[in-house]
Amino acid sequence: MAQICGADVDEEGFLVNLKDWTREIAIEMGKSDEIDLENEEAELYSERWEVLNLLRDYFEEYQIAPAVRVLTKAVGKKLGKDKGNSKYLYTLFPYGPGKQGCKFAGLPKPTGCI
Amino acid sequence: MAAKEFDIPELPTYIEIPELIPDVMKGEGPFKAIDEFQNPLGFPGGKVDNWKEVAIEKMGDLKSKYRSVQVFLDSCVKCGACTDKCHYFLGSSDPKNMPVARQDLFRSVYRRYFTFAGKHFPKLVGAKDLDDEMVDDWYNYFHQCSQCRRCSVFCPYGIDTAEISMAAREVLDTIGLGQKYCNQILGKALTIGNNLGLPEPALRDTLLDLEEEVEEDFGAPVKFPLDIKGSEILLITPSADFFAEPHIDGLIGYGKVFYQDGVSWTLSSYASEGANFGMFIGSYDIMRKAALRIRKAALDLEVSRVMVGECGHAWRVAYSFWNTLSGVGAGAQSGDEYALKLQNQLDDRYPQPQHIIEYTYDLIQRGKLNFDKSENDERTVTFHDSCNVARATNMGGIEGGQFILPREVIKAVCNNYVDMERSTIKEATFCCGGGGGLLTDDLMEIRIKGAMPRMQALKQVETNEGVNTLAAICAICKSQFSKVLPKFDFDPYMIVSVHQLVSAAIILDKPQEAIQMSESQTEATDAVEAKEAETE
Repeated sequence: MAQICGADVDEEGFLVNLKDWTREIAIEMGKSDEIDLENEEAELYSERWEVLNLLRDYFEEYQIAPAVRVLTKAVGKKLGKDKGNSKYLYTLFPYGPGKQGCKFAGLPKPTGCI
Repeated sequence: MAAKEFDIPELPTYIEIPELIPDVMKGEGPFKAIDEFQNPLGFPGGKVDNWKEVAIEKMGDLKSKYRSVQVFLDSCVKCGACTDKCHYFLGSSDPKNMPVARQDLFRSVYRRYFTFAGKHFPKLVGAKDLDDEMVDDWYNYFHQCSQCRRCSVFCPYGIDTAEISMAAREVLDTIGLGQKYCNQILGKALTIGNNLGLPEPALRDTLLDLEEEVEEDFGAPVKFPLDIKGSEILLITPSADFFAEPHIDGLIGYGKVFYQDGVSWTLSSYASEGANFGMFIGSYDIMRKAALRIRKAALDLEVSRVMVGECGHAWRVAYSFWNTLSGVGAGAQSGDEYALKLQNQLDDRYPQPQHIIEYTYDLIQRGKLNFDKSENDERTVTFHDSCNVARATNMGGIEGGQFILPREVIKAVCNNYVDMERSTIKEATFCCGGGGGLLTDDLMEIRIKGAMPRMQALKQVETNEGVNTLAAICAICKSQFSKVLPKFDFDPYMIVSVHQLVSAAIILDKPQEAIQMSESQTEATDAVEAKEAETE
């Protein structure tokens, strides 16, 4: 099984054991997708981390990633109303807030008819 | 794992039979399910040691259990009518994606072990041994069929290719080669109640959030009730409707229609999924387990009607199989206590089950809904017939109702509607490319290639008629289109739910207090104005 910073990840690069998550793992995952989550000066650095933290908080409470609408609303509250939409989330995470965002945040991949 | 590089097909002016590129789609197939996902469904994880014996035994079992499968395996005469009807073949050029050739991967093995000629003169009748290479081809190519049944429409013998794909996948599961995507999802559906694994508290909060949002946006207290006992209608909808875009705007549309009708309705946290992936993997038992959750929810919530939201194969399972699977509708077996109980409980003045499109259409016919069609005036809409609805079900109890009703609903709420080319819609509709358990990132290549014929027809109406909106009534179609539209230079946001269009145009009655308040405000303003006029 593949590993990132010593933690097992599945075929799609998602953490197998969610409690393994560390900031370093997120940074490593970001590197392979060419997204800088390490350098505080990097473009969209704080916005990305805001979203990752939102994802992690929501997951802790509900054991699932938030629905797109729930996430966009929460992002709108945190980062300003103009940013509370899925188009903006795609600028932060080009492969999708659900798939790429959840991966970086250490959440399982949301699957279903989505 | 780096994704394989591939070319995105160009959209031709006309769809022609492609020049063959043998083995272009050969590969390992989608990710396989490990023990964790296989075992709860009763399947081994990983190829079992005596897989060959197990597979052949299972084939024998299936052919006697489902006589249709045997008829389909026996009756093909290789006429070739189906060859150029498959979107995956047209988009990929791989000859093994011709429906006849894909079926023949299974048929040739069936011949070898179950027919006299095949047992004794295999070469003469195209019978083949079941070996590792063959089973690899099964796994790969039977996950390049979305079970859309377009080829069956053109088959002079009426061979249902989907059933052969389902049978092959069931044999594969039995020997331990299950698909991760489908089987992981089934595990969640059978334990948590929906494919996403959305637990009750998350679902409840998501719905409450939505109520707030809708009231804020539209000024009417549209409710999204959960687990309300004694409601008239139980709505069974794909969990994507709670979670994803554009799906959720369709859910808002259903809520507004229910609100306007004044009917009591509820969702169930125990059965919060319409999509039944048991059908995709060909397992009757698992399909039944999923359907029984709906029966339990309907009994517990004491509803008198069961309705299905916008989900293609949910409607197929509901329309074609729920009666015997669960007792919704007619046909419960005499010894099945709970199915009989449910049949007595459901109100036979309504279709059981009923599709949300049938319901909305009926209200429109009876003049119970008012619309401001101009709300959709910036849209020129076309409708994508989803394969399971189009080729396996009906709506409204009239011939072709499954084609007529959704279009009539759209036309009631939009001024600009055009159909795509005749040979690509209704019973000849092209699959979105993501159905049948293929809506997973590890199958992106075949999903994109398979979308080509639908995209070609869409491009035509975009160029000629100015179409800018694609409406559908299936969660898979909506998700698949969101992903593949941009690959073919379309706006990914052009895909919408039919009920999103309804939602935009419907005129909601404002609640009494709100009306009184705005009336008294108007009166007050009038009085002030009158006074001002007097003083002047």
